[in-house]
Amino acid sequence: MASTDIIIHDEKDNVGVVVIEKITPNQECNCWIMENDKSVKIQSKNEIPLGHKIAMIDFKEGDTILKYGHDIGKVVKDIKKGEHVHVHNVKTKKW
Amino acid sequence: MEIPKSFLGYKRENGRVGTRNHVVILPVDDISNACAEAVANNIKGTFAIPHAYGRLQFGADLELFFDTMIGTGKNPNVAACIVIGIEPKWTKRIVDAIATTGKPVEGFSIEGAGDIKTIMTASKKAQEFSQWASEKQREECSLSDLWISVKCGESDTTSGMAANPAVGNLMDKLEPLGVHLCFGETSELTGAEKVCATRGSTPEAQKKFMKTWSDYNDFILKEATNDLSESQPTAGNIAGGLTTIEEKAFGNFQKIGSRKFIDVLTPAEEPKKGPGLYFMDTSSAAGECLTLQAAAGFNIHLFPTGQGNIIGNAIEPVVKLTGNPSTAVNMKEHIDLDVSKILKREMNMDQAGDELIKTTIRAASGRLTCAEVLGHKEFIMTKLFRSA
Repeated sequence: MASTDIIIHDEKDNVGVVVIEKITPNQECNCWIMENDKSVKIQSKNEIPLGHKIAMIDFKEGDTILKYGHDIGKVVKDIKKGEHVHVHNVKTKKW
Repeated sequence: MEIPKSFLGYKRENGRVGTRNHVVILPVDDISNACAEAVANNIKGTFAIPHAYGRLQFGADLELFFDTMIGTGKNPNVAACIVIGIEPKWTKRIVDAIATTGKPVEGFSIEGAGDIKTIMTASKKAQEFSQWASEKQREECSLSDLWISVKCGESDTTSGMAANPAVGNLMDKLEPLGVHLCFGETSELTGAEKVCATRGSTPEAQKKFMKTWSDYNDFILKEATNDLSESQPTAGNIAGGLTTIEEKAFGNFQKIGSRKFIDVLTPAEEPKKGPGLYFMDTSSAAGECLTLQAAAGFNIHLFPTGQGNIIGNAIEPVVKLTGNPSTAVNMKEHIDLDVSKILKREMNMDQAGDELIKTTIRAASGRLTCAEVLGHKEFIMTKLFRSA
């Protein structure tokens, strides 16, 4: 079994979480989907530290981020597949 | 793993079981702290629980104050209790309520006597209690005598992936054995509130949860200068990769596994519907939440952390676990159980839950937790509004 770089909670999720110290730009990453135990690959675009999220698809402003299979916020700046997803491009829908 | 059926605890007069055998010197109010601390300093085997309130509170805020003080004294982790306040009336109210458990408790008021005389008379009684409690022995007790509270802190994305679901796995395994369980953190369920409500086991519990959450949310909308973006998620959460309160909420929510809650408790309210999972309306500030859960009678606490919260509690042992491999190494002295192997797929959730059950039973049976050894005795009153 290849080592896991990124964990995805739910099959529906469109972001994954980095579980190694950091991933570097253009790294070929192994992703493990916890829900169905499947593996997928993704190429990173940025350096992303442990615990931070990576975009598994391209996002447009206004799109919804799904994690744990649930809506966790809205995209406020376009995000490309493989880019870092965080407070600079995603905001809560609560306020 | 076959789950052990028992742990070693202290059987109390009212049938509850303690995981600790504390003799507590409880000040009723801020100005009685000095006296209580002097007594605790005189008499070994006791400690004081100083706090900042207890004067000129009124209405619901005063009632919560009394519930917190009385519940702390009644908690089965407390073998015996000395209560010291400035005035006799409030002191007596607390003493009388603690006495219903059948445990030794005695009150002293300072007004008219002064600190020095009060310290002397209270110290004599504290000596008696300390020596009496020192002869209590741990006995084999059913696992169903565990009342486990949970709350997470300094969470990051590893909390939602590893430490919180490990607690959820423990809940899934222990709830059928008749354990009392409690989660809280009204504010940190924001974003997952509708999904959380569906976990109420009855329509009443679901309705009660939504009302509790809505009341809280209305309060936030009324009081907040803009929104909670500055404090929820916290700077620590954001550094750990958590982006929104919704993401934090769904991670938080992993702590209850696939359980359903049978009732919604007001802050510090003792559960009365028998074994099972309860939701308590609490702040998400660790000190406040744990103090309320301990006052409700919970006798051991599980605290998953990501970036490394260091909280303890005055009377409830706090077992800390993390899924963050950096925290597990850099803050090793605070971590009772490291479940970071989950992230490397070297440990599965079933194994993590089993390890947590073992760690919990060891702590309940007397092994000091990291927070206890490091001297964390946080006791933080929840204040509903300003005093008169």
